[in-house]
Amino acid sequence: MQYMLLIYSDPAREPKYGTPEFEDLMKGYFDVNEKIKADGAMVSGEGLKGTDTATSLRIKSGKVETMDGPFAETREYLGGYYVVDVPDLDAALKYAALIPSAAFGTIEVRPLMDYNPAG
Amino acid sequence: MTSAASKAIAVQNALTQVLRDDRGRLMAGLISRLGDFGRAEDALQEASIAALKHWGRSGIPASPIGWLMKVALNKGIDRIRQSQREDHKAQEVSHLMAEHDAIDTAEDIPDERLRLIFTCCHPALEEKSRIALTLRTVCQLTTSEIANAFLDTEATMGQRLSRSKAKIKSAGIGFKVPDPEDWAERLETVLATLYLIFTTGYVTQEVGERDLCAEGLFLVRLLDRLRAGDPEIQGALALMLLTDARRPARIGADGASVAIEDQDRSLWQGELIAEGQRVLMGAVDQRAPGPFQIKAAIADCHMGEGGPDWAQISLLYQSLWAFEPTPVVALNWAVVLSELGHTETALTKIDSLSGALSQFQPFHAARADVLRKLDRGAEAASAYATAIEMAPNDAARIFLQNRLAQIQITKGL
Repeated sequence: MQYMLLIYSDPAREPKYGTPEFEDLMKGYFDVNEKIKADGAMVSGEGLKGTDTATSLRIKSGKVETMDGPFAETREYLGGYYVVDVPDLDAALKYAALIPSAAFGTIEVRPLMDYNPAG
Repeated sequence: MTSAASKAIAVQNALTQVLRDDRGRLMAGLISRLGDFGRAEDALQEASIAALKHWGRSGIPASPIGWLMKVALNKGIDRIRQSQREDHKAQEVSHLMAEHDAIDTAEDIPDERLRLIFTCCHPALEEKSRIALTLRTVCQLTTSEIANAFLDTEATMGQRLSRSKAKIKSAGIGFKVPDPEDWAERLETVLATLYLIFTTGYVTQEVGERDLCAEGLFLVRLLDRLRAGDPEIQGALALMLLTDARRPARIGADGASVAIEDQDRSLWQGELIAEGQRVLMGAVDQRAPGPFQIKAAIADCHMGEGGPDWAQISLLYQSLWAFEPTPVVALNWAVVLSELGHTETALTKIDSLSGALSQFQPFHAARADVLRKLDRGAEAASAYATAIEMAPNDAARIFLQNRLAQIQITKGL
């Protein structure tokens, strides 16, 4: 089964660039990348630039509206994701627990939609 | 009565009996083979209908559970066949066929209820859903019985159960016992769920159609049998036994709940106490302490011949704090401090918890009691009023009203 691990974190709580804590964070990501790859579970994974680079769009009454900033005003923002291919939820949760940002936010684990009609 | 009618009643009784005793075991076996809660339930339902017809005609089989398992598996496999469109599904079915040919008696059915309990109590499900699913699937309560226990409508509870079963399937929650590295954490969730079932029964005013205390005890005993020798399972079992032993004494003649130290000990059930203490000793001997063992030891220390051993209880709370540094544990510990005479310290501790526990009834009851001991009558009265308003049942309400009346008399309020 494939799961997306959505990494939500609060930028205010994350370590700043150049601090030893930031180095630890990067090393944590390096380790989890290597582990998921070595286990043969990696489908994909990317990090996103900050929310100050975000542009949001929606269509209202047939008209495109474009706005500066992310969709919702929350403290935790989507910062990146992994897609892993594992036997069950427990296995996906184990990788989620290794993502260093879990300490500064929330990792949401959701199965990917299966478009095969025979299930 | 015609002999046909009495025969039909005998068949109905035999079926009811096997479903009451073995539904959990049948469901566990069916889910593990058919791979799906809903499919397993439907298959067992169809097999039960078939049983009424066949047993009436050809007599009750030697092993009713073996018969039901075999027929339910056939029904389930038929259903999979009907819906299958792919080769790999055909293989799945042929593997099932080979396995179920061997089932003839109850002994041939491996007991897979351990996997079932861990699946029903998976932390990815809401707490209330874990309770409902466990009661429905392992204890064979009906949806309406579970709804009554939680003051929900049957429709709402039915939706909750369907949602949980759907999530198990769609989120890929495995039908399995957790890996060794996850065992301790997942067992904690299971035991917390079983203990909540037990305490829901304990707090509920009247024993409804099904006694949830008895279901909680049944479940933890089952767990203890399926996974023998685990000290935390034993701790939870001991805690429930020691609590249940006092049940006949916990409400006085006036309908008010009675504090442990004031209870009529002759009403305590000695056999349950002896079993609880024996189980607790066995757990403690393994020298792997955990929160349930400590809570059972606290319950045991409350029940000593000369009254509660508050000094020992305070030490046990200190150990419990290392495992569970929660506001509720802090509150209970503060109450013990007040029993030891540190009433001012207790009040300071309790007041520091007001943010976290203002919606928690025992917080107000404990605060009222400490204020009463400090002779701060007016404040105590106001705290009692809040506690009375939030009381979970009549017994607790009457107890608090009596206390409130006492201070009003002494203070002439």
